[in-house]
Amino acid sequence: MTERTPGGAGEASPRAMNAKERERFDFAVIAGWIPPGERVLDLGCGDGTLLRYLRETKGVEGYGVEIDHERVLGCIRNGVDVIQIDIERGLSGFEDRSFNHVVISQALQAMHATERILGEMLRVADEAVVSFPNFAYRANRAAIAAGRMPVSEDLPYQWYDTPNVRFFTIADFEALCARLGIEIRERKAFDDAGRAVHDDPNLNGSLAFYRIGLPR
Amino acid sequence: MSQENSAGALGFVVPQRVRFDAPLTLKSGAALPGFELVYETYGTLNAARTNAVLVCHALSGSHHVAGAYAEDPNNVGWWDNLVGPGKPLDTNKFFVVGVNNLGGCYGSTGPLSLNPQTGKRYGADFPLVTVEDWVAAQARLADHLGVDVWAAVLGGSLGGMQALEWSLQFPERIRHAMVIASAPKLSAQNIAFNEVARQAILSDPDFHGGHYAERGVVPVRGLRLARMIGHITYLSDDQMGEKFGRQLRHGTHKFSYDVDFEVESYLRYQGDKFAGFFDANTYLMMTKALDYFDPAYDYDGKLAAALARAKAKFLVASFSTDWRFSPARSREIVFALLENRRHVAYAEIDCDAGHDSFLLDDAHYHAVMRAYLENIEV
Repeated sequence: MTERTPGGAGEASPRAMNAKERERFDFAVIAGWIPPGERVLDLGCGDGTLLRYLRETKGVEGYGVEIDHERVLGCIRNGVDVIQIDIERGLSGFEDRSFNHVVISQALQAMHATERILGEMLRVADEAVVSFPNFAYRANRAAIAAGRMPVSEDLPYQWYDTPNVRFFTIADFEALCARLGIEIRERKAFDDAGRAVHDDPNLNGSLAFYRIGLPR
Repeated sequence: MSQENSAGALGFVVPQRVRFDAPLTLKSGAALPGFELVYETYGTLNAARTNAVLVCHALSGSHHVAGAYAEDPNNVGWWDNLVGPGKPLDTNKFFVVGVNNLGGCYGSTGPLSLNPQTGKRYGADFPLVTVEDWVAAQARLADHLGVDVWAAVLGGSLGGMQALEWSLQFPERIRHAMVIASAPKLSAQNIAFNEVARQAILSDPDFHGGHYAERGVVPVRGLRLARMIGHITYLSDDQMGEKFGRQLRHGTHKFSYDVDFEVESYLRYQGDKFAGFFDANTYLMMTKALDYFDPAYDYDGKLAAALARAKAKFLVASFSTDWRFSPARSREIVFALLENRRHVAYAEIDCDAGHDSFLLDDAHYHAVMRAYLENIEV
């Protein structure tokens, strides 16, 4: 059976979530993995909405990292602690294990230095939470099969204006983790209506969420 | 307001003066028997006294932060684009204080003042004052104004160092520190530039060991050179290129040592202007205050250990083309604060004007300042 998690909205709607709903959904899934009062680093934090949400719902002590000027300004407006640096160059200013969780929500696909970033994340935090759109989702495969690059709620850009630079799938991400010796502690996948997917997530999952860490 | 054009929205302002009679022991060990500070205020201190903001000046700045003077309407404050009603540092919300630092040459006690022990001008006998001493003196001004806790202390460059120092010397008396285009200490290159500037003054035959005022002369050549070298470091290469390029003053090469290129003309103008009003001893002292500032010095060079006592929330901002106080120097402050789990927002602003960017009204820069200041509760 399908379930719409989290939020427990009861009977799941088959309608695809809009951008705002998707954001709230993303936040709620991530927040479910963050214990109260933790120290959290959010990479590619946008205008700080997630950190603000985590602060309000979980009492976390959070810092955001963002490169975009307008989004940094958004963080300052939101009263969120933010550091304007380029994650692609690493996190050298951050001490080892200085955070409980590092989060990268819907941003890993927009960065080039994937391996380096994953390595840095697991250096500065005990555990990382990663969410990304699964490029191998059924609808995306259908678009490609029909000869066009997929455009959807989870991949809302045209090929010529997308900020995404790395197009990868659930299977790709797990293969990379295996190669880098990164332990996958938990995975959640959802279709574009926000229903949890258990059967063949690489085909049926539109959004993927992971808790990853170094083997203990 | 009828004076809008010359005086800005703030209107005409009036400098004030306060004397402190208790001696002040300086970081060097020397003591001043008492001292005076000149200052200006804008806006109104609220009943709870929670809306006071101190603006600290940099090397050549003064207490005249904003507004203009009735008797000199073209003399507009050095940060007037930031401070005033409806401006990012909104005087409808905040009570803003500008002060000329101890040792300055705009009216506060300094080398040009009379030494009560000799009846003559201090000149070179005025003791070296440091950023720490300035903050200690500013704290007396805060007491005088009835300000127990600043809502914020802010400044650019050397002014940013004072904001940082406030958070260390009086952690309970500052809620927000806004450190703009600054650094936790100077680099060897920074000190080297300061040394060249000092040598220009010290080697001027009119310097007379710092007692030039007694002889009725001013080491203008030294001051002029000092300001010229300073100016080169405040601007970016790109901006100089854009502003002057290789433009010729007379349209042709003159094959002489007179002004050929426009940039030479600009530097000479800036140097002359500065030498016409700034005191050489103050300039020497200011550069030493910059050189000495290093809160990590007593902590084995560990900035994070030095900042452990800070309690304020921070805004740190740097400018992409500032090579005198580069973004990397601001990041040192940011990461030291982070290590101490302090609240900090850090913005690295794209602006092509080099170190002087902090004085300009770049739209994004001012939006950052406005956003941060709007969130300060009073």
